[in-house]
Amino acid sequence: MKSLEELKAIRDAMQGQIGLRNEHNDQIRVVVGMATCGIASGARPVLNTLFEAVQSKGLSNISVTQTGCIGLCQYEPIVEVLEPGKDKVTYVKVTPEKALEIVDKHLTHGRPVKEYTISEMVN
Amino acid sequence: MYRSHVLICGGTGCTSSGTPKIIDKLQKEIEKNGLTEEVSVVQTGCHGLCALGPIIVIYPGATFYSMVKEEDVPEIVSEHLLKGRVVTRLVYEETVTEEGITSLNETDFYKKQHRIALRNCGVINPECIDEYIATNGYEALGRVLTSYTPEQVIQTILDSGLRGRGGGGFSTGLKWKFARSYEDDQKYVCCNADEGDPGAFMDRSVLEGDPHVLLEAMTIAGYAIGASQGYVYVRAEYPIAVNRLEFAIKQAREYGLLGKNIFNSGFDFDIDLRLGAGAFVCGEETALMTSIEGNRGEPRPRPPFPAEKGLFGKPTILNNVETYANIPPIILNGPEWFTSLGTEKSKGTKVFALGGKIHNTGLVEIPMGTTLREVVEEIGGGVPNGKRFKAAQTGGPSGGCIPAEHLDIPIDYDNLLSIGSMMGSGGLIVMDEDNCMVDIAKFFLDFTVEESCGKCTPCRIGTKRLSEMLEKVTEGNATLEDIDKMEELCHYISENSLCGLGQTASNPVLSTLRYFRDEYIAHVKDKRCPAGVCKSLLSYHIDPVLCKGCTLCARICPNDAISGAVKEVHHIDQDKCIKCGACMEKCRFGAISKK
Repeated sequence: MKSLEELKAIRDAMQGQIGLRNEHNDQIRVVVGMATCGIASGARPVLNTLFEAVQSKGLSNISVTQTGCIGLCQYEPIVEVLEPGKDKVTYVKVTPEKALEIVDKHLTHGRPVKEYTISEMVN
Repeated sequence: MYRSHVLICGGTGCTSSGTPKIIDKLQKEIEKNGLTEEVSVVQTGCHGLCALGPIIVIYPGATFYSMVKEEDVPEIVSEHLLKGRVVTRLVYEETVTEEGITSLNETDFYKKQHRIALRNCGVINPECIDEYIATNGYEALGRVLTSYTPEQVIQTILDSGLRGRGGGGFSTGLKWKFARSYEDDQKYVCCNADEGDPGAFMDRSVLEGDPHVLLEAMTIAGYAIGASQGYVYVRAEYPIAVNRLEFAIKQAREYGLLGKNIFNSGFDFDIDLRLGAGAFVCGEETALMTSIEGNRGEPRPRPPFPAEKGLFGKPTILNNVETYANIPPIILNGPEWFTSLGTEKSKGTKVFALGGKIHNTGLVEIPMGTTLREVVEEIGGGVPNGKRFKAAQTGGPSGGCIPAEHLDIPIDYDNLLSIGSMMGSGGLIVMDEDNCMVDIAKFFLDFTVEESCGKCTPCRIGTKRLSEMLEKVTEGNATLEDIDKMEELCHYISENSLCGLGQTASNPVLSTLRYFRDEYIAHVKDKRCPAGVCKSLLSYHIDPVLCKGCTLCARICPNDAISGAVKEVHHIDQDKCIKCGACMEKCRFGAISKK
């Protein structure tokens, strides 16, 4: 070890891994429905895509996690974005491609992707 | 990249209750479910709640599973890791509320804790230097070597008010300052990891959970006093700790964090391990150094103090593991941050190993000034089985018992000394109404009798005589005059012994005499042990009215001391009775009692 920069490089490279173990109350939670219905309609690739995109963009205030069936099995895969102090946004029939868009627009820039939300898709 | 981390405690407590098997099973199940690329299993150090081991924490979400068994693993993997459904029946019950599962930090056990020394225990993988670096590890060392003078380091530690966490509570900064002031071609930095108090395991948990913090802090100390070599004197009875330390030293050398020209500063430092062979006296600083030198572990008179003539006759500092664990955070956050915690003369936090008659056996770190009541009743969850709290023993064989009347005293070095106990290394053993205080005093004293190195007479012979007098009390053969003689002998031993071991050996006796003299008197005058512990003063009796003659007691008695025919009242032969209590435990009619 020759410099503080070298140390910082290791720390930054590890942050994505260790950051997962930080729990803050002001975190945005992205929850993927992963019951049998969700898994069958392709929730796993969605979850993994979301997770990798969040990590690679270094969005340390966002945690990607899973949940069980929320009862709308025909609209799976379902992704919910829970931001403290804001209304819940529910995306339905999400694909890995849509997931990337959600990360780009909603999670990075704070603009929900209206056309994928439940209110738009159901009506 | 893993989307989920499964942290499993690899401390000694959880390891002995099954961690290795669970890890095996976890890995198999994760593979079976095709999650190998998504979930990582990390072995960490101690979480503190040893009573509830083995412990698994799953991130994100920090779900805290306790008392996990091998059979539970498939359910955790298929439910939680695959489908994201928390297995509520395995979750630590304190975290389950009506609104769902709350954070661990909200539970009684963790709420009042403040973790500095234990900050990484249970959070990082102790065998991965990168994880330590990710939590700001080695940053303090880097800053010190690139922008501090040794004097500035010492001043920072002085300003923080940090005091030794191993027992005496001497100012750490002052110790370093003295060692710096002596000129010599070679100086040494030593770490006392020879934790020997019965029931104490704070240092072990730091070594097992966060070994790099010790290496970093010792290197900082080396720079501050001008030493190039460090030694960690660690008990051979801590195999996991020794392994992880060896591994950590190897990694630090590979990264150039130990060795030559660290951080390109021209400063060289290396650390080696020395294993203790189990002698308690080697936790005393001069004896520890004598042992590192390769001689029989015996103390030597002070002065000269180690700061002047220590290891191999060279200026040396010796600090305890927990003390070192506080150093990097003090450098990173500044001394003002540290002094904002604690009481006027005791800054920061202290780790305690809770044991004995308490609900949450385990490891807690609290700010100085927290009351004993908060530790015992809130964090520790109180005394189990509805029994009454009688006393808490702090400081191990060198400390004393604190009775219920002092439960509200804020814990710090000076307060504990003023009530006849001491901080010690941080063992805290809780006793309830079933503990006999004379017996407790005898237990701790017998420990020092065994462990006395024999070099000086007051300790070698004095403690032995004292133990014999205590035995007389527990057997009901002592007189009131003996109690006065005991007290006199206690003071004689304290004043005349060579080292800390002898000087403090009589503390358990003195403190129990001070607070529980009535129990001594009951043994002497009434030939009675109020707690029903001392066997010689105890006899078991069968109540002829309640006895149904079921013969159960007669069959269970290991010494055939109970006689009586079926459906007839039984009788205990007092000459044969060995007072094991087995009959009383077995009797279904409550007919057997002890007096």
